[in-house]
Amino acid sequence: MVFNMLKIRSIKSAGWKRMGVYFVLSAVLIMNANLFAADDIPDYFVPPPPFSEDIFPCSDCHADMEVNETRRELDAHEDIVLKHAEGQRWCLDCHNPNDRDRLRLVSGQLISFEESYSLCGQCHGTIFRDWKAGVHGTRTGFWNGTKQYRLCVHCHNPHSPRFQPLEPLPPPIRPDDLKFTQSQGTEIPKNPLNSISKPESNHAKEKH
Amino acid sequence: MPKKNTKNPCSKTVRRRTFLKGAAVGLASFALPPAQADATFWESFFQKHFREMNEDELKSVMTRLEEEYREEYDVQFNIKATKPIDGVQYGYGLDLSRCIGCRRCVYACVGENNQSRDPQIHWISVLQFEKGHKWVNIFEEATKYYNPNEVPEEEYFYMPVQCQQCENPPCVKVCPTKATWKERDGITVVDYNWCIGCRYCMAACPYGARRFNWGKPRVSKEEYNADVHYLGNRPRYKGVVEKCTFCIQRTREEPGRYPACVEICPVGARKFGNLLDPHSEIRYCIENKRVFRLKEDLNTSPKFYYFFAT
Repeated sequence: MVFNMLKIRSIKSAGWKRMGVYFVLSAVLIMNANLFAADDIPDYFVPPPPFSEDIFPCSDCHADMEVNETRRELDAHEDIVLKHAEGQRWCLDCHNPNDRDRLRLVSGQLISFEESYSLCGQCHGTIFRDWKAGVHGTRTGFWNGTKQYRLCVHCHNPHSPRFQPLEPLPPPIRPDDLKFTQSQGTEIPKNPLNSISKPESNHAKEKH
Repeated sequence: MPKKNTKNPCSKTVRRRTFLKGAAVGLASFALPPAQADATFWESFFQKHFREMNEDELKSVMTRLEEEYREEYDVQFNIKATKPIDGVQYGYGLDLSRCIGCRRCVYACVGENNQSRDPQIHWISVLQFEKGHKWVNIFEEATKYYNPNEVPEEEYFYMPVQCQQCENPPCVKVCPTKATWKERDGITVVDYNWCIGCRYCMAACPYGARRFNWGKPRVSKEEYNADVHYLGNRPRYKGVVEKCTFCIQRTREEPGRYPACVEICPVGARKFGNLLDPHSEIRYCIENKRVFRLKEDLNTSPKFYYFFAT
């Protein structure tokens, strides 16, 4: 900001001819400010995006394909069901048409799949803010040391982001159902948590 | 009545005090263990209260306990007595707008803290309330036995309840043996070797957060967590009370891990941190979200904050 103000002050003395140049300069500065909007992302460990098997890099297939921007029923990616403001959105709003290995912000800026939170944060600003503060989403690691974030897409399928229902673990035993099994021979019940796979993915059918 | 009748039949005067003294000594000799009892018996018999032991005494007690546990459970436990970290008051946040009632936290806690599988003990109860329910502090109107195929169910919301780590804990006030107390970092703990199992604390706790070992706790050998804290998840005895300690064996380390329930939560509803650190997650919740504490009117001042993130 201060930098821009200085520029504007110097404009007055420099005359109108240079005005255009400075205008462009400050525009670049403002754009840069946008580019680094995600600067306050804490430098915590984020596991790699949960791609489906053998799907990345996308350019393996898409490099030689012609870009078709019309909204249509796809011949590929049948597993993807778009249930995410689908009336207002189409694949190429987020996936960059010319370089499929990157995502595309509304500003036209390209970002990698590792930074997909910036894409989500464009609309979900309050959630993005909570996520950065460590309040939205699961956090693991050390409460007073290094922490592990997850990307939005680790828990939310980006194409159908609603959190999928889970099977609950067994309820506690009612006092009425207590049996006196306190003899040496009886088997000790196992912790039911150990029989479910860890870590669980909340993506119902497809992963990315 | 003639005066001489007040004397005993043997016409020998025994003063009441003398009689009681003699009786006490005589009875005490019956109460003594058999002569073959080994040294560890006497050591455990005369074991001091946790807070009265010095470093050396504590060390020898922990070594003896490790040996006792090895004999009993065939597991080599590593008992520690990590002290509170200076400048830390632990606080917990639970996002009611996210919890789906899946009970992952309940069983992560069971595994981490060596809770008895039979008879079953759970430190966390996930309560299910009907949506629109007015008072979440009336636990009797909720159920913890819900068991649908999938959660969350449309017409319910869920509220996990565990020890609220009160700043003013009623359970501590009522303990007749001072076997439970609040540590400097705000965690209320139990010395299982000092608890006599009177369950006054359970009656005093307004949150139903304490559990009693009605039988000898049983855990299968391969499911024991051997990393234990003296005041936390070490194996308990029949007839003692236990409770959530914010995973004292994890959180008091430097760096300290998150409690097991925080790490397992698939929806990220559970938040944990230092209330005295203005940049901690829990402080962010308190300062930016709608927060309440359970049964605030009782003035127990819990350090467990329920909030709504959305």
